[in-house]
Amino acid sequence: MPILDHLWIILALPLAGAAINGLFGKRWPQSAVNSVAVGSVTLAFLAVAELVREFALLSPDQIPFIGSYFTWMVAGSFKVDFALQVDQLTVVMLLTVSFVGMLIHIYSTGYMAHEGGYYRFFSYLNLFMFFMLTLVMAANLIVMFVGWEGVGLCSYLLIGFWFLKKSAADAGKKAFIVTRIGDFGFTVGVLLVFATFGSIDFGTIFKAVASNPISEVTLTTICILLFTGAIGKSAQLPLYVWLPDAMEGPTPVSALIHAATMVTAGVYMVARMNPLFSRAPIAMLVVAIVGAVTAFYSATIGLVQTDIKKVLAYSTVSQLGYMFLGCGVGSYAAGIFHLMTHAFFKGLLFLAAGSVIHAMGGEQDMMKMGGLRAKIPVTFWTMLIATLAIVGIPGFAGFFSKDAILEAAQSGPHANLPLWLLGTAGVALTSFYMFRLAFLTFFGKPRYDEHKVHVHESPKNMTIPLVILAFFSIFGGWFAAPKLVGGIDYFEKFLAPVFSAYAPPMAEPAVLIGEPHVSPLMNLVRQTLGWPALAAVLGFLAAWWLYIKSPETPKRWAQSVRGLYLLLLNKYYVDEIYAALIVRPLLWISTNVLWHGVDEGVIDGVVNGSARVARASGSQFRKLQSGNMRSYAAWVLIGAVGFTVLLIALYVRVVH
Amino acid sequence: MSVIPVSWYLVLSAILFGLGVVAFVFKRNVITIFMSIELMLNAVNLAFVAFARALNQLDGLVFVFFVIVVAAAEAAVGLAIVIMLAQNRQSLSVERVNLLKF
Repeated sequence: MPILDHLWIILALPLAGAAINGLFGKRWPQSAVNSVAVGSVTLAFLAVAELVREFALLSPDQIPFIGSYFTWMVAGSFKVDFALQVDQLTVVMLLTVSFVGMLIHIYSTGYMAHEGGYYRFFSYLNLFMFFMLTLVMAANLIVMFVGWEGVGLCSYLLIGFWFLKKSAADAGKKAFIVTRIGDFGFTVGVLLVFATFGSIDFGTIFKAVASNPISEVTLTTICILLFTGAIGKSAQLPLYVWLPDAMEGPTPVSALIHAATMVTAGVYMVARMNPLFSRAPIAMLVVAIVGAVTAFYSATIGLVQTDIKKVLAYSTVSQLGYMFLGCGVGSYAAGIFHLMTHAFFKGLLFLAAGSVIHAMGGEQDMMKMGGLRAKIPVTFWTMLIATLAIVGIPGFAGFFSKDAILEAAQSGPHANLPLWLLGTAGVALTSFYMFRLAFLTFFGKPRYDEHKVHVHESPKNMTIPLVILAFFSIFGGWFAAPKLVGGIDYFEKFLAPVFSAYAPPMAEPAVLIGEPHVSPLMNLVRQTLGWPALAAVLGFLAAWWLYIKSPETPKRWAQSVRGLYLLLLNKYYVDEIYAALIVRPLLWISTNVLWHGVDEGVIDGVVNGSARVARASGSQFRKLQSGNMRSYAAWVLIGAVGFTVLLIALYVRVVH
Repeated sequence: MSVIPVSWYLVLSAILFGLGVVAFVFKRNVITIFMSIELMLNAVNLAFVAFARALNQLDGLVFVFFVIVVAAAEAAVGLAIVIMLAQNRQSLSVERVNLLKF
């Protein structure tokens, strides 16, 4: 069991890559930086693959497999080990993160080839991989928190990668600060977990919660606090505002961090803490509501955005909402399933969008594209596959995962019909904005100056990752395919031990099986031609009609329902509302009270005041040093007389 | 033969010390000031010796030796300064020595 006994190797590889590139990469040629960065991540992926092989040989009672390396800190009964664990959920996350991460590293060698700070970019990207792998392998909440904050740091560094551009630097700060609001809740949640259970080890917590009845109020509070962290990290209402701005970063960063991996950390955390969430129905409902509302809400914003990356950003927020909806209605496996397929197709969408932007020489406005289909065929076909996958066309990866979520919302143990309706409506919106994106970009007549822009297909190291991801965007969901004909959802079955080991007793075993009394063919028809498929087709038809059939209509509509259009275009003015309600009052208080009042008035006042007193008294007292020796003698005499008088006075007092 | 009471010595010591102080403050000639310091020191020595005799202890005598030694050292340094002063200022008045001030 070479890797299982040395789990730390998987973390050490990207960390070493980050350190080497960060320290020496500046003087190295790009090829050397490439080999270190891509090499370390590829080795990490191979290590994960070997880990999976060894994991398959473990007997069920050895899972979760824990590797504890050293005791990190001890304070009274509070003890934190640097411990890593591997169970089915970890395996899924590890494979997704390392595989997509590796592809995006390869893609970046092409995309960033002409950028300054090449070594810096790859050093950050490797560091991100280190923290993300730490996050998913952590065996306790504190190590998880290290990864959690670490990926936040790398996100900040990479959003602000072009830090000379003010909007990029601001977006980085915004992402860091907004997620910090959620992390505050997360931190308090972790403290409350320790206060309640006396431990922060996952295994200990889960055993405790399964064997001892803990008051539901406490559990609900813990879960909602932890979920606050997830809201910030995974960009849910009301803390989603940082993610669209995060598109200021280089496109591979948007693909890796702000679509495929980091933003899904919140979903992973909720799924990891499932024994707690499952016992807090109110917290579950909150998760489901936030997820469903976010899924619908951000899809509406996506309808009218014209920046290709912004559309994808709102789409990411929306898809993350679906994942939380899945977790919230009790089907954690569906949430994680969607997390994985989403990593494939959304990573692909972003990389393809990057390829489009690359081809257009940096243009991101879809209104200035059009007709690119024939000129960049690889990008077109892969992006089309990703679009079909995210929309949920039967057979593509997104169909299986999104269907599992909506099915759980419709008929699962925590079914909730209004939320199912929101989710299904969201599918129609998703379908509309995704086909709108495809039509505006690849179809119709070119709306750019063909003499100025030389559209060209991207180099091999960019298109190959696209093709690989396209493959997984189709087949990545087929673990669940047997369910369509009445069989077993293998993905759900694989994850079942994680989600049923400490599940509350009344819950049914989570493996969903198609209705056995229906014939396989009938089952197939029922499963594929449900409401979500209908919604997707409706969205497609609307997009086709508005952007292919009569391209003048959108403008007319934008005029006739101007109010609604502007509301959507300006993202419901949420940024403006936050600015007015929070940012500006905060700035005013900081400027007028804390800065001019407390800092300048009190703190500077005390320091400057004592200096002024010292100066003023000094300028008076220095006159005592007159240079006249006899005056000194007089001072000595006065002092001696005064001292003598004092002594006599004290003597008199003591005696009498 | 009657013993002279210790208070007599103390009164004499106080008178000598007072004279030293007055001379130290009011005299201008640096040699005189120097002599007044010696006068104060010896007034204190007298008090020490008187007490040592009255209490029949050696401590006071030891102190006197120290005072004499320090006074000798002080005289060596002080007189050297006085000579330099006289050479540079052509005067022994302390009024003329007032450069070290604010």
